[in-house]
Amino acid sequence: METVKQQILSLLEQVTDPELPVLSVIDLGIVRDVIAGEKETEIIITPTYSGCPAMDVISMQIRMVLLEHGYKNVKISTCLSPAWTTDSMSEAAKQKLRAYGIAPPNPLHSVCDVQLFAEQEAVQCPHCQSYHTVLVSQFGSTACKALYKCRQCMEPFDYFKCH
Amino acid sequence: MSQSTNQLINYTLHLADNALILGQRNAEWTGHGPVLEQDIAISNIALDLVGQARNFYQYAAQLMNESIDKAGSQQHTEDSLAFLRDSGDYKNCLLVELEKGDWAKTVLRQFFFSNYQFFLYQVMQEKKDRTLAAVAEKSLKEVTYHLRWSAEWVIRLGDGTPESRRRITNALNDCWPYTGELTTNAAYETNLAQENIAVDLGSIKASWINKTMEVLGTAGLQLPVNTWMQTGGKEGRHTEHLGYVLAEMQYLQRTYPGVEW
Repeated sequence: METVKQQILSLLEQVTDPELPVLSVIDLGIVRDVIAGEKETEIIITPTYSGCPAMDVISMQIRMVLLEHGYKNVKISTCLSPAWTTDSMSEAAKQKLRAYGIAPPNPLHSVCDVQLFAEQEAVQCPHCQSYHTVLVSQFGSTACKALYKCRQCMEPFDYFKCH
Repeated sequence: MSQSTNQLINYTLHLADNALILGQRNAEWTGHGPVLEQDIAISNIALDLVGQARNFYQYAAQLMNESIDKAGSQQHTEDSLAFLRDSGDYKNCLLVELEKGDWAKTVLRQFFFSNYQFFLYQVMQEKKDRTLAAVAEKSLKEVTYHLRWSAEWVIRLGDGTPESRRRITNALNDCWPYTGELTTNAAYETNLAQENIAVDLGSIKASWINKTMEVLGTAGLQLPVNTWMQTGGKEGRHTEHLGYVLAEMQYLQRTYPGVEW
């Protein structure tokens, strides 16, 4: 029998990141817990980046979806620690990202270190699958992405950087 | 309000103000960067800093609301703290409020500041206050990107053309006298460090200087000699530049209180 918590979790699969419409908040791994109380439902989420402007929109959408399904008293709290990492992203999520044209974070978790002008681990082009790619900038169209260019098919692409 | 709570509020506001004011200064580049990719980079850094500031302001507002006498007083929010305080209430370091100048000044200032935040947050994430520790842990990964990006730019300009070298040398002469505050405790830092809440800046000073010397050395730059270190920002005594930042940032909320879009 489906518990209330599982029901809510499956509803949250409808809530997507406005900047990555192929991923739900469950795919991204930003839902930390759901506490289904008698009077109130609490959703605990964690931000991807401190300044991610999508978080406010996501909170609002969570409220809307739950309200549509009869959950009136919804409290959304934020939990910062342990900090979100791209490891929280599911394998299915990474496949969806690639199909959408964004290179998913590399499986070997290589976050930025302070070593200067360091060689980056090769990132696979989501269009032609070549590894012959080059970093253009560590900062991309949103806080979570870096800009890359493929030297094989010459297409630029976004890389969801390890975090 | 206890003395200790008051100091924690001041410390949290200081951390928030640092991030907000530099975020605001960096955002002046949005749409004006030297090339598109770097315009995006500096805007991303601005966004990260404003995000950090929000986390600190939310905590400061919570602390202030818990400790004030509730009768008739207005509740503080992250927005009221950012948009409705005057320059004397701001506790940011002087370095972050200076005009953005040219690209050299912007990236050098960012390097000095990210270098400070990098070591600060590393220590802070182990400290006793769980909220400050969590914000530090969250922000550290972003700051690592900022530090590497800005350090690479300092080297690129110092070791670049005569023109880039002239500009970064001017920037160094302009900014250096404002770096002392980054590693000098204010009274609230000294006191809270004894309670294992604030980071004692004396403990990260050597790391900050080593990294600074390493990067400036690689860039072929030399520190100005016989400079006097400016102080006062952390206690609310600011340069003439802060007022201009606040005027631009706050005019909408002050003209139309509570306006939203």
